[in-house]
Amino acid sequence: MEEVEALEVLSPGPMTTVQDLGRYGFGRYGVAPSGAVDSFSLRIANLLVGNPEDDACLEITLMGLKIKARTDLIIAVTGGDLQPHMNEKPLKMWCAHMIEKGDVLSFKTPKSGCRGYLALGGGISVSPVMGSRSTNLSSGFGGLEGRPIQKGDILLSDSPHLYLEEIERAFDPKRVPAYPKDWVIRVLFGPQDDHFTRECRNLFLNSSFKVTSQSDRTGIRLAGPPIQTREGMEDSIISEGVICGTIQVPGDGQPIIILGETVTGGYRKIATVISADLPLLGQVKPGDQIRFCEVSMEKALQSFREVEEMITQLREGLSR
Amino acid sequence: MIYQKPNYRIMGDRALLVELGDEISPSVNRKVRELFITLERHSIDGLVEAVPSYRSLLIVYNPQKIILSALRETLDDLQKKMDPSQIPEPKTMKIPVVYGGEYGPDLAWVARYHGIASEEAIRRHTGNIYQVYMIGFTPGFAYMGELPENIATPRRETPRTAVQAGSVGIAQSQTGIYPVESPAGWQIIGQTPLRLFDETNWPPALLEMGDSIQFFPIKEEEMAQWKR
Repeated sequence: MEEVEALEVLSPGPMTTVQDLGRYGFGRYGVAPSGAVDSFSLRIANLLVGNPEDDACLEITLMGLKIKARTDLIIAVTGGDLQPHMNEKPLKMWCAHMIEKGDVLSFKTPKSGCRGYLALGGGISVSPVMGSRSTNLSSGFGGLEGRPIQKGDILLSDSPHLYLEEIERAFDPKRVPAYPKDWVIRVLFGPQDDHFTRECRNLFLNSSFKVTSQSDRTGIRLAGPPIQTREGMEDSIISEGVICGTIQVPGDGQPIIILGETVTGGYRKIATVISADLPLLGQVKPGDQIRFCEVSMEKALQSFREVEEMITQLREGLSR
Repeated sequence: MIYQKPNYRIMGDRALLVELGDEISPSVNRKVRELFITLERHSIDGLVEAVPSYRSLLIVYNPQKIILSALRETLDDLQKKMDPSQIPEPKTMKIPVVYGGEYGPDLAWVARYHGIASEEAIRRHTGNIYQVYMIGFTPGFAYMGELPENIATPRRETPRTAVQAGSVGIAQSQTGIYPVESPAGWQIIGQTPLRLFDETNWPPALLEMGDSIQFFPIKEEEMAQWKR
């Protein structure tokens, strides 16, 4: 594989990191998966440029990224609409583009969603750590030196390919997810829903929670009516493993949706976001409102299958 | 108490929490370790990750590859086959700590909570051998127990947004070390100069579940000699 200089960072924005689909199997050492919060958008971006769907991309938060091509490239931008521009002209999202050396890609302000994904044909070349290129921010490893990208960074790519088959490399616009400001996120109750009274579980389902500004890649912190545990219970429980999408309720009753930077926790978890809706969590931003909707296990698994089938269809359509 | 039969709790559509007991105790934790090591030795199609903790094992799976009922059957079966004599012995370690001052900003609060002098709080914290019950929270963070009643202290009502790498904390009957700068809800009583996590090493964490640990006090000036 030949590594070439692919992109030069002119301005990094508040939080742009290298992510793939995450680092699994090291939870016993306290290593969280990390990875794209909106894994769906990352997978689609990779497929559009002809990469394996788990290749490393840039995850761009909210705004401000400005980046220059150091060579000719194929790129795709998916996820939240952060108003990507190419040489100051609006760039169409959810499809592949050929860009030339010297072209400048910039992201303005979010029109919808919270995180954009930029894939390049050939992927972003950083050394895998424990099998993944994702940035682990809590411990500072993986990705580019374990940190968000900075002005002046040069991103390398493994032999960026410039040839793609003569088919339209675009994701069906009808299937592009909507990123509203008022979210309905589907959950399954558990693992500790029995630590809450029926009234509290109903309050959890029937209330609207505001996403606070303290939200980041570690968790989405919510503000709303306090969800109290049953009388006489302590604020915390014996610490145990958690997964992305688990909704924990600390002593103050304000729920936190855990994202992929955490492996264990000592608070009660009233419910868990279903797999099909996990990518949406990457597009929730401070100021948005969230309501939770309970679904059955069957419905959750069916929705998950539907998402996977959609990705399979795209994969097969592009490799025809 | 160790449960006669494990208690399964559903965590969404792709994870299962297997509770093996209802308390923080060496015997319950030993069971978790046995199940975890047994599980590692069997390859289960669709298993994504297993995270052992004080009294439970979290199993993350791919629901497209294995269904919940089959996973539960496999786990029941593994528990019947578990052979404690085949489980390797854990290691023993001593950990140097600078207590109090800027390194342990909550030591005075912990001492006051128990109506004792700071020196006595240190004596109580160093006077026991702890078992590493689990690694979690951040890479290499060792949760250890258990603290005797006379030093056990509730966690802080308002978590700190950041504590330094090596900070030694207390929460209820647990004690632990923060390997990297991170937010912290525990009472910070001291700091160790040892490096608890290094992603370039294998295994990357200094401590592993099951290890026996004893803390001992050192002076601030001695920290440098312990840094690797």
